[in-house]
Amino acid sequence: MGRAAEIANQIGWYFSKLSWYSATLMGDNHYRRYAEHRGRTHPGEPILSEREYWRMRHDASDANPNPRCC
Amino acid sequence: MATPTAAPSDRIEEQDGDITYIRTDRELPPVAIIDRSPITTRHKIIFGIIALLGAIAWAVIAFFRGETVNAVWFVIAAICTYVIGFRFYARLIEMKIVRPRDDDATPAELFENGTDYMPTDRRVLYGHHFAAIAGAGPLVGPVLAMQMGYLPGTIWIIIGAVFAGCVQDYLVLSISVRRRGRSLGQMARDELGAVGGAAAIVGVLVIMVILLAVLALVVVNALAESPWGVFSIAMTIPIAIFMGLYLRFFRPGRISEVSLIGVVLLLLAVIAGGWVAETSWGTDWFTLSKVTLSWCIIIYGFCASVLPVWLLLAPRDYLSTFMKVGTIALLAIGILLARPIMEAPAISQFAKTGTGPVFAGALFPFLFITIACGALSGFHALISSGTTPKLLEKESQMRLIGYGGMLTESFVAIMALITAAILNQHLYFAMNAPAAQTGTTSQTAADYVNGIGLSGTPITGAQITEAAASVGEKSIVSRTGGAPTLAFGMSEVLHQVFGGHALKAFWYHFAIMFEALFILTTVDAGTRVARFMLSDGLGNLGGPLKKLRNPSWRVGAWTCSVIVVAAWGSILLMGVTDPLGGINTLFPLFGIANQLLAAIALTVVTVVVIKRGLVKWAWIPAIPLFWDLTVTLTASWQKIFSADPKLGYWKQHSQFVAAKEAGKTAFGSAKTPDQIDAVIRNTFIQGTLSIVFAALVIIVFVTGLIVALRAVLGTGRPLTEDEPVPSRIFAPSGLIPTQVEREVQKQWDALPKSQTKSVGTSAN
Repeated sequence: MGRAAEIANQIGWYFSKLSWYSATLMGDNHYRRYAEHRGRTHPGEPILSEREYWRMRHDASDANPNPRCC
Repeated sequence: MATPTAAPSDRIEEQDGDITYIRTDRELPPVAIIDRSPITTRHKIIFGIIALLGAIAWAVIAFFRGETVNAVWFVIAAICTYVIGFRFYARLIEMKIVRPRDDDATPAELFENGTDYMPTDRRVLYGHHFAAIAGAGPLVGPVLAMQMGYLPGTIWIIIGAVFAGCVQDYLVLSISVRRRGRSLGQMARDELGAVGGAAAIVGVLVIMVILLAVLALVVVNALAESPWGVFSIAMTIPIAIFMGLYLRFFRPGRISEVSLIGVVLLLLAVIAGGWVAETSWGTDWFTLSKVTLSWCIIIYGFCASVLPVWLLLAPRDYLSTFMKVGTIALLAIGILLARPIMEAPAISQFAKTGTGPVFAGALFPFLFITIACGALSGFHALISSGTTPKLLEKESQMRLIGYGGMLTESFVAIMALITAAILNQHLYFAMNAPAAQTGTTSQTAADYVNGIGLSGTPITGAQITEAAASVGEKSIVSRTGGAPTLAFGMSEVLHQVFGGHALKAFWYHFAIMFEALFILTTVDAGTRVARFMLSDGLGNLGGPLKKLRNPSWRVGAWTCSVIVVAAWGSILLMGVTDPLGGINTLFPLFGIANQLLAAIALTVVTVVVIKRGLVKWAWIPAIPLFWDLTVTLTASWQKIFSADPKLGYWKQHSQFVAAKEAGKTAFGSAKTPDQIDAVIRNTFIQGTLSIVFAALVIIVFVTGLIVALRAVLGTGRPLTEDEPVPSRIFAPSGLIPTQVEREVQKQWDALPKSQTKSVGTSAN
């Protein structure tokens, strides 16, 4: 029983690592980082909502696209 | 803020044996660790074993003859060489040229704004960088190069990456990081002056146009007359739009979630494609000729470049990243489990004679042109400068990201090479020789490939038809461009491991869809980037054109988009209607363009190294630069001046002009007077482009040479590196943190949260 729980824990650990990786790579947690960053550098000022944040990000890449390689 | 900004001189060093800790603030833990401890005996033994294993694998690949070489040897040779290259050669470059300073802030830390400048975990940035550099290029080139046998391609991909491609990527990244993430074009202007800089920027733009045209041609060739393929690719557009709307209006920021939904829908689209292709309406609607498909892609490319990013481009990019990482991992597992055996010879007859049907020309220089991505790809310089520096946490991580990222792409190229080498060689040439030779039916193709002197049992027409049926296609004769061959090889590998024969057709179309998805993402993004370069360049000319510099001026944006799309679209149409077969004539131009971009990047890097006074170590970027210049300029020379009409564009041009003047209605592979005119026009354009490319690169190189000479004589312009600012964050350097790094990380983790990520001097 103890061994099974250990393995389950191990799998859970790998899974949480994997989902952290995917979230950071794809951008799921970018808004949270942005909010933390604003809170730190501009304390007390209003922060964009997640919806507004992504609009801003997409507008920025509209104006300054990133190349993709062949 | 509680913590005062440290002055540049305020660096506190602590020595502990071989390890130096550097602090930029007395109250904070160290921000940099310099580890000078000598290599341990344990590591010596481990690397010794890896080197030995690699040497054995290379010996097996190079000297075993017969059909007994297993694909696993290629994987072992590649990985062992990469490990040794990364541990020793990249380390040498790091110590002698890059000299990373982890006590200096990177552009990401300095300008952190939570959007495009963001210090990102090195493992994530590695994935990010890899997804940006690797596309269809490393999958297609090695497949075409298989006409010379597997050995030359394997050597060039692995050795070329270690000594050329990775060096370029790593050094371009390192000079861009020291210049606040400036782009290659800007750095060329800063370091080489106005003329060299302008030539570099025009070169980048022209080269981009030809890259887009050839990539689009690969997609057209893979999808023409294939209703299954056309349906599944067409479905990626509504899927991407659905994802875009979902993220915009329903659940913003849930990118992994929507990408997962997108991938499931994509798999359904591939499965549904099989059903649609069997219905009569499906065949009617989705069987498109090459010319129609080209127009579809041209219209699509224009729309994608003017539509808002969130609707089409961004979601397509998410999908493409997800698929890229997933499929490449799947293929690696497939190869290791199926362990296929090579069918191709080590070195084929065409390597010596240079008369192969896939592309013309001898091994030197054309093999090194055909395999660009995977060994040395100039396009990477555009990613390594600009995008990646804005996300980098620490300078010492550049070795993992720049050098390591390119090693991974090289590995992708090796896998593509394996999938082409395990195919029956008669089948390989039936798929890759131009239609003018194979005659488009299974029987004529069988007769043709049986007559070109391949070893092994001859193939019958029925066998070719059967091979096509096994992947759900009516014909696979002359499906040039590399993508269908790779897809066939992948289905061959993957069906052995996952799903058996029943899934072979699925895997084939899955692979086609996956390649076309990459290429279309590159076409979208590339058209947009080229449009911006064009409007920026024109805007700099001044006068009424100045207005173009404002990106929100829609008329200007649309006009520039039309110009860019028209430029690559016309080359694409030229390729699909070319009686000589578009890939055969255009792919060398693509390779030359990409490698010439590498020459520009390596010139800039070499000049910077010399300007920094590191003349003694300038050979590190100079070796790949001279090799690359020799290869590309020889190839350009042959394309421009060769008296062999198969090779030289102008010789071909003059022969067809003569034929026309003599009143002939059919000449060579041109069967009608219109086709003769097409060849005359196409060879003129291709010949002119060859001259333009070569001239631009020679200008950049000569300016580089002059700047370098002045630097050596001490009369040159100063270096344009930015003044360093002390860093206030810590992060480990390599993939796995060392013991010392773990301890320092613990000290940082123990700090109250407000201090740990405080950023010193934000420009915002």
